[in-house]
Amino acid sequence: MSAVLEIHDLRVEFPNRELGKGKGPKLAVDGLNLRVNSGEVFGFLGPNGAGKTTTMNVLLGFVNATAGSASIFGVNVRQPIARQRIGYLPELTYYYKFLNTEELLRFYARIFRIPRREREKRIDAVLKLVELEESRKRLIKTYSKGMQQRVGLAQALINNPDLLILDEPTSGLDPLGRMKVREIIQRLKQEGKTVFFSSHELGEVETICDRVAILHEGKLRVEGSVADLVKEYQCDLEHAFLKIVGYQPKSRV
Amino acid sequence: MNNIFAVAGVVVKELYRRKDFYVLFVLTALITLILGSVSFFNDDRIVRYLKDVCLLLIWISSLVIAVTTTARQIPAERESRTIFPLLAKPMGRGEFIVGKFVGCWAACGVALIVFYFFFGVISASREHTLPLGPYFQAIWLHWICLGIIVAMVLLGSIVFAAPSSNATICLIVIVGIMFAGGHLNGVAIGMRGAGGVIVYAIYYLIPHLEWYDVRDLIVHDWGAIDWFICAGATIYGLLYAGFLLGLTWLVFRRKSLAV
Repeated sequence: MSAVLEIHDLRVEFPNRELGKGKGPKLAVDGLNLRVNSGEVFGFLGPNGAGKTTTMNVLLGFVNATAGSASIFGVNVRQPIARQRIGYLPELTYYYKFLNTEELLRFYARIFRIPRREREKRIDAVLKLVELEESRKRLIKTYSKGMQQRVGLAQALINNPDLLILDEPTSGLDPLGRMKVREIIQRLKQEGKTVFFSSHELGEVETICDRVAILHEGKLRVEGSVADLVKEYQCDLEHAFLKIVGYQPKSRV
Repeated sequence: MNNIFAVAGVVVKELYRRKDFYVLFVLTALITLILGSVSFFNDDRIVRYLKDVCLLLIWISSLVIAVTTTARQIPAERESRTIFPLLAKPMGRGEFIVGKFVGCWAACGVALIVFYFFFGVISASREHTLPLGPYFQAIWLHWICLGIIVAMVLLGSIVFAAPSSNATICLIVIVGIMFAGGHLNGVAIGMRGAGGVIVYAIYYLIPHLEWYDVRDLIVHDWGAIDWFICAGATIYGLLYAGFLLGLTWLVFRRKSLAV
Protein backbone atom coordinates (compact mmCIF):
# COMPACT_ATOMS: atom_id res chain seq x y z
CA MET A 1 0.00 0.00 0.00
CA SER A 2 1.29 3.44 -0.85
CA ALA A 3 1.73 6.01 1.92
CA VAL A 4 -0.61 8.99 1.75
CA LEU A 5 0.64 10.71 4.84
CA GLU A 6 4.05 10.38 6.45
CA ILE A 7 5.44 11.98 9.56
CA HIS A 8 9.08 11.58 10.58
CA ASP A 9 10.48 12.50 14.00
CA LEU A 10 8.05 15.37 14.35
CA ARG A 11 8.71 17.69 17.24
CA VAL A 12 6.65 20.79 18.00
CA GLU A 13 7.50 23.22 20.77
CA PHE A 14 5.56 26.29 21.81
CA PRO A 15 6.91 29.17 23.86
CA ASN A 16 5.95 28.73 27.48
CA ARG A 17 3.79 31.63 28.54
CA GLU A 18 3.69 30.59 32.18
CA LEU A 19 5.47 32.93 34.57
CA GLY A 20 8.56 31.80 36.37
CA LYS A 21 12.24 31.36 35.69
CA GLY A 22 13.72 28.27 34.14
CA LYS A 23 10.60 27.31 32.25
CA GLY A 24 11.59 26.08 28.85
CA PRO A 25 9.39 25.77 25.79
CA LYS A 26 6.27 23.65 26.05
CA LEU A 27 6.59 20.38 24.18
CA ALA A 28 3.41 19.62 22.26
CA VAL A 29 4.62 16.76 20.04
CA ASP A 30 7.76 14.75 20.67
CA GLY A 31 9.42 12.52 18.08
CA LEU A 32 6.25 11.43 16.32
CA ASN A 33 6.55 8.92 13.48
CA LEU A 34 3.41 7.97 11.60
CA ARG A 35 2.39 6.53 8.28
CA VAL A 36 -1.13 6.41 6.90
CA ASN A 37 -1.72 4.22 3.88
CA SER A 38 -4.00 4.75 0.94
CA GLY A 39 -7.61 3.71 1.51
CA GLU A 40 -7.32 3.48 5.29
CA VAL A 41 -9.58 5.00 7.89
CA PHE A 42 -7.07 6.01 10.51
CA GLY A 43 -8.10 7.06 14.02
CA PHE A 44 -5.82 9.52 15.75
CA LEU A 45 -6.58 9.25 19.44
CA GLY A 46 -5.44 10.72 22.69
CA PRO A 47 -6.68 12.62 25.71
CA ASN A 48 -7.13 16.39 25.55
CA GLY A 49 -3.77 18.12 25.18
CA ALA A 50 -2.08 15.00 23.80
CA GLY A 51 -0.93 16.80 20.64
CA LYS A 52 -3.51 15.57 18.11
CA THR A 53 -4.68 18.97 16.93
CA THR A 54 -1.11 20.29 16.91
CA THR A 55 -0.08 17.41 14.64
CA MET A 56 -3.01 18.17 12.35
CA ASN A 57 -2.05 21.85 12.40
CA VAL A 58 1.45 20.91 11.22
CA LEU A 59 -0.01 18.74 8.45
CA LEU A 60 -2.12 21.65 7.28
CA GLY A 61 0.67 24.21 7.50
CA PHE A 62 -0.88 26.24 10.34
CA VAL A 63 1.99 25.51 12.71
CA ASN A 64 5.68 25.04 11.95
CA ALA A 65 7.43 21.95 13.19
CA THR A 66 10.41 22.60 15.46
CA ALA A 67 12.10 19.50 14.03
CA GLY A 68 11.24 16.58 11.78
CA SER A 69 9.19 16.51 8.63
CA ALA A 70 5.74 15.69 7.35
CA SER A 71 4.51 15.03 3.85
CA ILE A 72 1.19 14.42 2.16
CA PHE A 73 1.24 12.45 -1.10
CA GLY A 74 5.01 12.83 -0.99
CA VAL A 75 4.89 16.66 -0.93
CA ASN A 76 6.25 18.62 2.04
CA VAL A 77 3.33 20.04 3.99
CA ARG A 78 4.87 23.53 3.90
CA GLN A 79 3.99 23.76 0.21
CA PRO A 80 0.41 24.86 -0.54
CA ILE A 81 0.17 22.33 -3.38
CA ALA A 82 0.35 19.54 -0.75
CA ARG A 83 -3.20 20.52 0.15
CA GLN A 84 -4.62 20.14 -3.37
CA ARG A 85 -5.91 16.61 -2.76
CA ILE A 86 -7.01 16.92 0.85
CA GLY A 87 -10.22 17.93 2.56
CA TYR A 88 -10.18 19.31 6.08
CA LEU A 89 -12.92 19.63 8.64
CA PRO A 90 -11.88 21.64 11.71
CA GLU A 91 -13.12 20.76 15.18
CA LEU A 92 -15.08 23.98 15.45
CA THR A 93 -16.73 24.94 12.22
CA TYR A 94 -17.04 28.63 11.53
CA TYR A 95 -17.65 29.87 8.04
CA TYR A 96 -18.30 33.29 6.53
CA LYS A 97 -21.62 34.27 8.03
CA PHE A 98 -22.46 36.70 5.26
CA LEU A 99 -22.35 33.93 2.63
CA ASN A 100 -24.88 31.22 1.92
CA THR A 101 -23.78 27.60 1.56
CA GLU A 102 -23.77 27.68 -2.21
CA GLU A 103 -21.59 30.80 -2.31
CA LEU A 104 -19.21 29.37 0.27
CA LEU A 105 -18.79 26.14 -1.68
CA ARG A 106 -18.33 28.07 -4.93
CA PHE A 107 -15.59 30.13 -3.28
CA TYR A 108 -13.73 27.06 -2.03
CA ALA A 109 -14.22 25.23 -5.34
CA ARG A 110 -12.62 28.18 -7.10
CA ILE A 111 -9.55 27.88 -4.87
CA PHE A 112 -9.21 24.25 -5.97
CA ARG A 113 -9.43 25.48 -9.59
CA ILE A 114 -12.38 23.28 -10.36
CA PRO A 115 -13.66 24.33 -13.81
CA ARG A 116 -16.85 26.39 -13.69
CA ARG A 117 -19.16 23.77 -15.25
CA GLU A 118 -17.84 20.99 -13.07
CA ARG A 119 -17.98 23.31 -10.03
CA GLU A 120 -21.78 23.51 -10.08
CA LYS A 121 -22.13 19.74 -10.48
CA ARG A 122 -19.77 19.18 -7.59
CA ILE A 123 -21.67 21.65 -5.39
CA ASP A 124 -24.93 19.83 -6.16
CA ALA A 125 -23.32 16.46 -5.37
CA VAL A 126 -21.86 17.45 -1.99
CA LEU A 127 -25.01 19.29 -0.93
CA LYS A 128 -26.99 16.15 -1.74
CA LEU A 129 -24.52 14.03 0.22
CA VAL A 130 -24.78 16.17 3.36
CA GLU A 131 -28.54 16.72 2.83
CA LEU A 132 -28.42 20.51 2.61
CA GLU A 133 -29.95 20.93 -0.85
CA GLU A 134 -33.07 22.63 0.49
CA SER A 135 -31.22 25.27 2.46
CA ARG A 136 -28.42 26.01 0.01
CA LYS A 137 -29.52 29.64 -0.43
CA ARG A 138 -29.78 30.35 3.29
CA LEU A 139 -27.10 32.36 5.05
CA ILE A 140 -24.87 30.09 7.13
CA LYS A 141 -25.44 32.17 10.26
CA THR A 142 -29.07 30.96 10.30
CA TYR A 143 -28.01 27.27 10.47
CA SER A 144 -28.14 25.02 13.52
CA LYS A 145 -24.88 23.53 14.84
CA GLY A 146 -25.56 20.20 13.15
CA MET A 147 -26.22 21.91 9.83
CA GLN A 148 -23.04 23.97 10.19
CA GLN A 149 -21.10 20.77 10.78
CA ARG A 150 -22.59 19.40 7.56
CA VAL A 151 -21.55 22.58 5.74
CA GLY A 152 -18.08 21.83 7.11
CA LEU A 153 -18.21 18.35 5.66
CA ALA A 154 -19.48 19.69 2.34
CA GLN A 155 -16.57 22.12 2.04
CA ALA A 156 -14.14 19.37 3.01
CA LEU A 157 -15.49 17.20 0.18
CA ILE A 158 -15.83 19.89 -2.51
CA ASN A 159 -12.61 18.89 -4.29
CA ASN A 160 -13.41 15.15 -4.12
CA PRO A 161 -10.31 14.70 -1.92
CA ASP A 162 -8.20 11.58 -1.73
CA LEU A 163 -7.36 12.30 1.90
CA LEU A 164 -9.76 13.67 4.47
CA ILE A 165 -8.45 15.15 7.69
CA LEU A 166 -11.25 15.42 10.24
CA ASP A 167 -10.67 16.96 13.65
CA GLU A 168 -13.30 15.54 15.99
CA PRO A 169 -16.01 15.53 13.32
CA THR A 170 -18.80 14.40 15.63
CA SER A 171 -18.08 16.56 18.65
CA GLY A 172 -21.14 18.41 19.87
CA LEU A 173 -23.51 16.64 17.49
CA ASP A 174 -26.68 14.85 18.50
CA PRO A 175 -26.89 11.05 17.92
CA LEU A 176 -28.58 11.57 14.56
CA GLY A 177 -25.91 13.99 13.41
CA ARG A 178 -23.19 11.62 14.59
CA MET A 179 -24.78 8.76 12.70
CA LYS A 180 -24.88 10.82 9.51
CA VAL A 181 -21.21 11.78 9.80
CA ARG A 182 -20.33 8.13 10.44
CA GLU A 183 -22.31 7.04 7.37
CA ILE A 184 -20.49 9.60 5.24
CA ILE A 185 -17.09 8.39 6.50
CA GLN A 186 -18.07 4.79 5.75
CA ARG A 187 -19.24 5.76 2.28
CA LEU A 188 -15.93 7.51 1.63
CA LYS A 189 -14.10 4.43 2.82
CA GLN A 190 -16.04 2.32 0.31
CA GLU A 191 -15.00 4.78 -2.39
CA GLY A 192 -11.38 4.10 -1.47
CA LYS A 193 -10.68 7.45 0.16
CA THR A 194 -8.21 7.80 3.01
CA VAL A 195 -9.61 9.28 6.20
CA PHE A 196 -7.42 10.56 9.03
CA PHE A 197 -9.48 11.64 11.96
CA SER A 198 -9.29 12.41 15.63
CA SER A 199 -12.10 11.58 17.98
CA HIS A 200 -12.98 10.97 21.59
CA GLU A 201 -15.86 8.68 20.60
CA LEU A 202 -13.99 5.42 20.97
CA GLY A 203 -16.98 3.21 20.19
CA GLU A 204 -17.31 5.00 16.90
CA VAL A 205 -13.57 4.67 16.23
CA GLU A 206 -13.76 0.95 16.91
CA THR A 207 -16.58 0.61 14.40
CA ILE A 208 -15.13 2.51 11.47
CA CYS A 209 -11.34 2.61 11.80
CA ASP A 210 -8.88 0.21 10.24
CA ARG A 211 -5.95 1.40 12.29
CA VAL A 212 -5.43 3.76 15.19
CA ALA A 213 -2.59 5.64 16.83
CA ILE A 214 -2.78 6.72 20.46
CA LEU A 215 -0.91 9.82 21.47
CA HIS A 216 -0.27 10.83 25.07
CA GLU A 217 1.69 13.85 26.29
CA GLY A 218 2.98 14.44 22.78
CA LYS A 219 4.39 10.95 22.35
CA LEU A 220 3.07 8.09 20.27
CA ARG A 221 2.15 5.27 22.68
CA VAL A 222 0.57 2.71 20.39
CA GLU A 223 -0.06 2.28 16.69
CA GLY A 224 -1.79 -0.65 15.06
CA SER A 225 -5.00 -2.17 13.83
CA VAL A 226 -8.07 -1.95 16.06
CA ALA A 227 -8.46 -5.73 16.01
CA ASP A 228 -4.86 -6.27 17.17
CA LEU A 229 -5.21 -3.76 19.99
CA VAL A 230 -8.43 -5.29 21.24
CA LYS A 231 -6.83 -8.73 21.09
CA GLU A 232 -3.65 -7.61 22.83
CA TYR A 233 -5.37 -5.82 25.69
CA GLN A 234 -8.22 -8.33 25.99
CA CYS A 235 -10.84 -5.61 26.22
CA ASP A 236 -12.68 -3.10 24.09
CA LEU A 237 -10.91 -0.06 22.62
CA GLU A 238 -12.08 2.29 25.35
CA HIS A 239 -10.55 0.20 28.11
CA ALA A 240 -7.43 -0.42 26.06
CA PHE A 241 -7.13 3.35 25.58
CA LEU A 242 -7.43 3.96 29.33
CA LYS A 243 -4.73 1.39 30.05
CA ILE A 244 -2.42 2.89 27.42
CA VAL A 245 -2.70 6.43 28.77
CA GLY A 246 -2.12 5.10 32.29
CA TYR A 247 -5.51 5.83 33.81
CA GLN A 248 -5.84 4.38 37.32
CA PRO A 249 -9.38 4.16 38.67
CA LYS A 250 -9.58 5.58 42.21
CA SER A 251 -10.28 2.94 44.84
CA ARG A 252 -13.53 3.27 46.69
CA VAL A 253 -13.42 5.04 50.05
CA MET B 1 -4.11 35.13 -9.55
CA ASN B 2 -7.16 32.87 -9.26
CA ASN B 3 -6.84 32.57 -5.48
CA ILE B 4 -6.14 36.28 -5.09
CA PHE B 5 -9.31 37.25 -6.95
CA ALA B 6 -11.34 34.61 -5.08
CA VAL B 7 -10.32 36.09 -1.72
CA ALA B 8 -10.78 39.65 -3.01
CA GLY B 9 -14.29 38.75 -4.18
CA VAL B 10 -15.26 37.56 -0.71
CA VAL B 11 -13.86 40.75 0.86
CA VAL B 12 -15.96 42.91 -1.48
CA LYS B 13 -19.03 40.72 -0.89
CA GLU B 14 -18.60 41.09 2.86
CA LEU B 15 -18.40 44.87 2.55
CA TYR B 16 -21.54 45.32 0.54
CA ARG B 17 -23.44 43.02 2.86
CA ARG B 18 -22.44 44.93 5.99
CA LYS B 19 -24.50 47.87 7.21
CA ASP B 20 -21.75 50.11 8.63
CA PHE B 21 -20.26 50.60 5.19
CA TYR B 22 -23.56 52.00 3.91
CA VAL B 23 -24.01 54.32 6.89
CA LEU B 24 -20.75 56.14 6.16
CA PHE B 25 -21.44 55.98 2.47
CA VAL B 26 -24.93 57.49 2.64
CA LEU B 27 -23.82 60.09 5.20
CA THR B 28 -20.98 61.36 3.01
CA ALA B 29 -23.13 61.37 -0.11
CA LEU B 30 -25.86 63.27 1.72
CA ILE B 31 -23.55 65.93 3.13
CA THR B 32 -21.88 66.33 -0.28
CA LEU B 33 -25.29 66.78 -1.89
CA ILE B 34 -26.51 69.32 0.69
CA LEU B 35 -23.30 71.33 0.73
CA GLY B 36 -23.13 71.29 -3.04
CA SER B 37 -26.67 72.51 -3.48
CA VAL B 38 -26.44 75.42 -1.01
CA SER B 39 -26.21 78.82 -2.70
CA PHE B 40 -24.40 81.74 -1.04
CA PHE B 41 -25.03 84.66 -3.40
CA ASN B 42 -22.83 82.88 -5.97
CA ASP B 43 -19.76 84.23 -4.19
CA ASP B 44 -16.79 82.49 -5.84
CA ARG B 45 -14.77 82.24 -2.61
CA ILE B 46 -17.63 80.59 -0.73
CA VAL B 47 -18.24 78.14 -3.57
CA ARG B 48 -14.55 77.22 -3.52
CA TYR B 49 -14.65 76.85 0.25
CA LEU B 50 -17.66 74.53 0.05
CA LYS B 51 -15.98 72.46 -2.64
CA ASP B 52 -12.92 72.18 -0.41
CA VAL B 53 -15.05 71.05 2.54
CA CYS B 54 -16.84 68.45 0.38
CA LEU B 55 -13.58 67.05 -0.93
CA LEU B 56 -12.08 66.98 2.57
CA LEU B 57 -15.13 65.03 3.69
CA ILE B 58 -14.60 62.56 0.85
CA TRP B 59 -10.96 62.16 1.92
CA ILE B 60 -11.90 61.58 5.56
CA SER B 61 -14.65 59.09 4.68
CA SER B 62 -12.47 57.15 2.28
CA LEU B 63 -9.71 57.06 4.87
CA VAL B 64 -12.08 55.74 7.54
CA ILE B 65 -13.47 53.13 5.13
CA ALA B 66 -9.98 52.01 4.07
CA VAL B 67 -8.56 51.81 7.60
CA THR B 68 -11.53 50.24 9.38
CA THR B 69 -12.21 47.75 6.61
CA THR B 70 -8.63 46.61 6.29
CA ALA B 71 -7.80 46.57 9.99
CA ARG B 72 -10.38 43.89 10.77
CA GLN B 73 -9.75 41.59 7.80
CA ILE B 74 -7.06 39.21 9.08
CA PRO B 75 -7.85 39.47 12.84
CA ALA B 76 -11.50 38.66 12.07
CA GLU B 77 -10.48 35.65 9.99
CA ARG B 78 -8.38 34.38 12.89
CA GLU B 79 -10.92 35.17 15.56
CA SER B 80 -13.80 33.52 13.72
CA ARG B 81 -11.45 30.68 12.65
CA THR B 82 -12.50 30.99 9.03
CA ILE B 83 -8.80 31.20 8.21
CA PHE B 84 -8.36 27.49 9.01
CA PRO B 85 -10.57 25.90 6.34
CA LEU B 86 -9.30 28.55 3.91
CA LEU B 87 -5.57 27.99 4.41
CA ALA B 88 -6.15 24.22 4.54
CA LYS B 89 -6.73 24.55 0.82
CA PRO B 90 -4.02 25.08 -1.80
CA MET B 91 -3.72 28.75 -0.99
CA GLY B 92 -0.40 30.32 -0.06
CA ARG B 93 -0.22 32.90 2.70
CA GLY B 94 1.13 35.41 0.19
CA GLU B 95 -1.94 34.90 -2.01
CA PHE B 96 -4.15 35.32 1.04
CA ILE B 97 -2.53 38.66 1.92
CA VAL B 98 -2.58 39.97 -1.64
CA GLY B 99 -6.22 38.83 -1.99
CA LYS B 100 -7.17 40.79 1.11
CA PHE B 101 -5.28 43.81 -0.21
CA VAL B 102 -6.92 43.67 -3.64
CA GLY B 103 -10.38 43.25 -2.09
CA CYS B 104 -10.01 46.20 0.28
CA TRP B 105 -8.40 48.39 -2.36
CA ALA B 106 -11.09 47.57 -4.93
CA ALA B 107 -13.83 48.34 -2.39
CA CYS B 108 -12.17 51.70 -1.65
CA GLY B 109 -12.02 52.36 -5.40
CA VAL B 110 -15.75 51.74 -5.81
CA ALA B 111 -16.51 54.02 -2.86
CA LEU B 112 -14.28 56.75 -4.34
CA ILE B 113 -15.96 56.59 -7.73
CA VAL B 114 -19.40 57.00 -6.15
CA PHE B 115 -18.27 59.84 -3.86
CA TYR B 116 -16.61 61.77 -6.71
CA PHE B 117 -19.57 61.05 -8.99
CA PHE B 118 -21.94 62.72 -6.52
CA PHE B 119 -19.56 65.61 -6.09
CA GLY B 120 -18.97 65.95 -9.84
CA VAL B 121 -22.67 65.94 -10.67
CA ILE B 122 -23.47 68.66 -8.12
CA SER B 123 -20.45 70.73 -9.07
CA ALA B 124 -21.10 70.44 -12.82
CA SER B 125 -24.78 71.27 -12.44
CA ARG B 126 -23.89 74.57 -10.76
CA GLU B 127 -20.82 75.56 -12.74
CA HIS B 128 -21.91 74.06 -16.08
CA THR B 129 -18.46 72.60 -16.59
CA LEU B 130 -16.67 69.41 -15.59
CA PRO B 131 -12.89 69.40 -16.14
CA LEU B 132 -12.37 65.66 -16.72
CA GLY B 133 -8.55 65.68 -16.56
CA PRO B 134 -8.23 67.12 -13.03
CA TYR B 135 -11.15 64.97 -11.83
CA PHE B 136 -9.56 61.81 -13.18
CA GLN B 137 -6.19 62.70 -11.64
CA ALA B 138 -7.77 63.53 -8.29
CA ILE B 139 -9.62 60.18 -8.16
CA TRP B 140 -6.67 58.20 -9.49
CA LEU B 141 -4.08 59.66 -7.11
CA HIS B 142 -6.53 59.40 -4.22
CA TRP B 143 -6.98 55.70 -5.02
CA ILE B 144 -3.21 55.09 -5.26
CA CYS B 145 -2.83 56.80 -1.88
CA LEU B 146 -5.49 54.46 -0.44
CA GLY B 147 -3.49 51.53 -1.87
CA ILE B 148 -0.49 52.53 0.27
CA ILE B 149 -2.79 53.02 3.27
CA VAL B 150 -4.49 49.62 2.83
CA ALA B 151 -1.08 47.90 2.59
CA MET B 152 0.10 49.78 5.69
CA VAL B 153 -2.97 48.79 7.72
CA LEU B 154 -2.68 45.19 6.54
CA LEU B 155 0.87 45.09 7.90
CA GLY B 156 -0.41 46.64 11.14
CA SER B 157 -3.09 43.95 11.42
CA ILE B 158 -0.38 41.27 11.54
CA VAL B 159 1.79 43.17 14.01
CA PHE B 160 -0.81 44.54 16.44
CA ALA B 161 -3.18 42.18 18.19
CA ALA B 162 -6.39 44.21 18.27
CA PRO B 163 -7.97 45.75 15.14
CA SER B 164 -8.98 48.84 17.14
CA SER B 165 -5.41 49.58 18.27
CA ASN B 166 -4.14 48.96 14.75
CA ALA B 167 -6.75 51.31 13.27
CA THR B 168 -5.95 54.03 15.82
CA ILE B 169 -2.18 53.80 15.35
CA CYS B 170 -2.50 53.75 11.56
CA LEU B 171 -4.88 56.73 11.55
CA ILE B 172 -2.48 58.74 13.72
CA VAL B 173 0.47 57.83 11.46
CA ILE B 174 -1.48 58.62 8.27
CA VAL B 175 -2.80 61.96 9.53
CA GLY B 176 0.70 62.77 10.83
CA ILE B 177 2.24 62.06 7.42
CA MET B 178 -0.46 64.04 5.62
CA PHE B 179 0.10 67.12 7.79
CA ALA B 180 3.80 66.98 8.67
CA GLY B 181 5.38 64.58 6.16
CA GLY B 182 6.16 67.26 3.60
CA HIS B 183 7.73 69.62 6.14
CA LEU B 184 10.18 67.19 7.72
CA ASN B 185 13.05 68.09 5.38
CA GLY B 186 12.57 71.74 6.29
CA VAL B 187 12.69 70.82 9.96
CA ALA B 188 15.83 68.71 9.40
CA ILE B 189 17.69 71.65 7.84
CA GLY B 190 17.23 73.62 11.03
CA MET B 191 18.50 70.77 13.23
CA ARG B 192 22.10 69.89 13.98
CA GLY B 193 23.82 66.54 14.57
CA ALA B 194 22.12 63.18 14.89
CA GLY B 195 18.66 64.71 15.30
CA GLY B 196 18.81 66.24 11.85
CA VAL B 197 20.01 62.98 10.31
CA ILE B 198 17.19 61.07 11.98
CA VAL B 199 14.54 63.53 10.77
CA TYR B 200 16.01 63.40 7.27
CA ALA B 201 15.96 59.59 7.38
CA ILE B 202 12.31 59.66 8.44
CA TYR B 203 11.54 62.11 5.62
CA TYR B 204 12.96 59.71 3.04
CA LEU B 205 11.54 56.54 4.63
CA ILE B 206 7.90 57.49 5.11
CA PRO B 207 5.43 57.18 2.25
CA HIS B 208 4.61 60.73 1.18
CA LEU B 209 0.84 60.49 1.20
CA GLU B 210 0.50 64.27 1.04
CA TRP B 211 1.67 64.17 -2.61
CA TYR B 212 -1.59 62.46 -3.53
CA ASP B 213 -3.84 65.16 -2.13
CA VAL B 214 -4.59 67.17 -5.28
CA ARG B 215 -7.93 68.62 -4.17
CA ASP B 216 -6.72 72.09 -5.13
CA LEU B 217 -6.87 71.13 -8.81
CA ILE B 218 -10.64 70.87 -8.52
CA VAL B 219 -11.24 73.55 -5.87
CA HIS B 220 -9.32 76.29 -7.68
CA ASP B 221 -10.00 75.02 -11.20
CA TRP B 222 -6.30 74.64 -11.92
CA GLY B 223 -5.67 72.48 -14.94
CA ALA B 224 -4.43 68.90 -14.81
CA ILE B 225 -0.91 68.28 -13.56
CA ASP B 226 1.73 66.86 -15.89
CA TRP B 227 0.80 63.26 -16.73
CA PHE B 228 4.43 62.17 -16.22
CA ILE B 229 4.27 63.41 -12.64
CA CYS B 230 1.00 61.54 -12.22
CA ALA B 231 2.63 58.37 -13.62
CA GLY B 232 5.64 58.85 -11.33
CA ALA B 233 3.39 59.19 -8.28
CA THR B 234 1.55 56.03 -9.39
CA ILE B 235 4.79 54.06 -9.66
CA TYR B 236 5.99 55.40 -6.30
CA GLY B 237 2.67 54.43 -4.68
CA LEU B 238 2.62 50.95 -6.19
CA LEU B 239 6.22 50.31 -5.18
CA TYR B 240 5.51 51.45 -1.66
CA ALA B 241 2.37 49.32 -1.41
CA GLY B 242 4.35 46.36 -2.79
CA PHE B 243 7.09 46.94 -0.23
CA LEU B 244 4.58 47.04 2.63
CA LEU B 245 2.83 43.90 1.33
CA GLY B 246 6.21 42.17 1.12
CA LEU B 247 6.86 43.07 4.76
CA THR B 248 3.39 41.78 5.70
CA TRP B 249 4.12 38.49 3.96
CA LEU B 250 7.51 38.17 5.68
CA VAL B 251 5.90 38.60 9.10
CA PHE B 252 2.90 36.38 8.32
CA ARG B 253 4.45 33.53 6.32
CA ARG B 254 5.91 31.64 9.31
CA LYS B 255 3.47 32.88 11.91
CA SER B 256 1.84 30.12 13.91
CA LEU B 257 -1.94 30.19 13.56
CA ALA B 258 -2.60 27.85 16.47
CA VAL B 259 -4.92 29.18 19.13
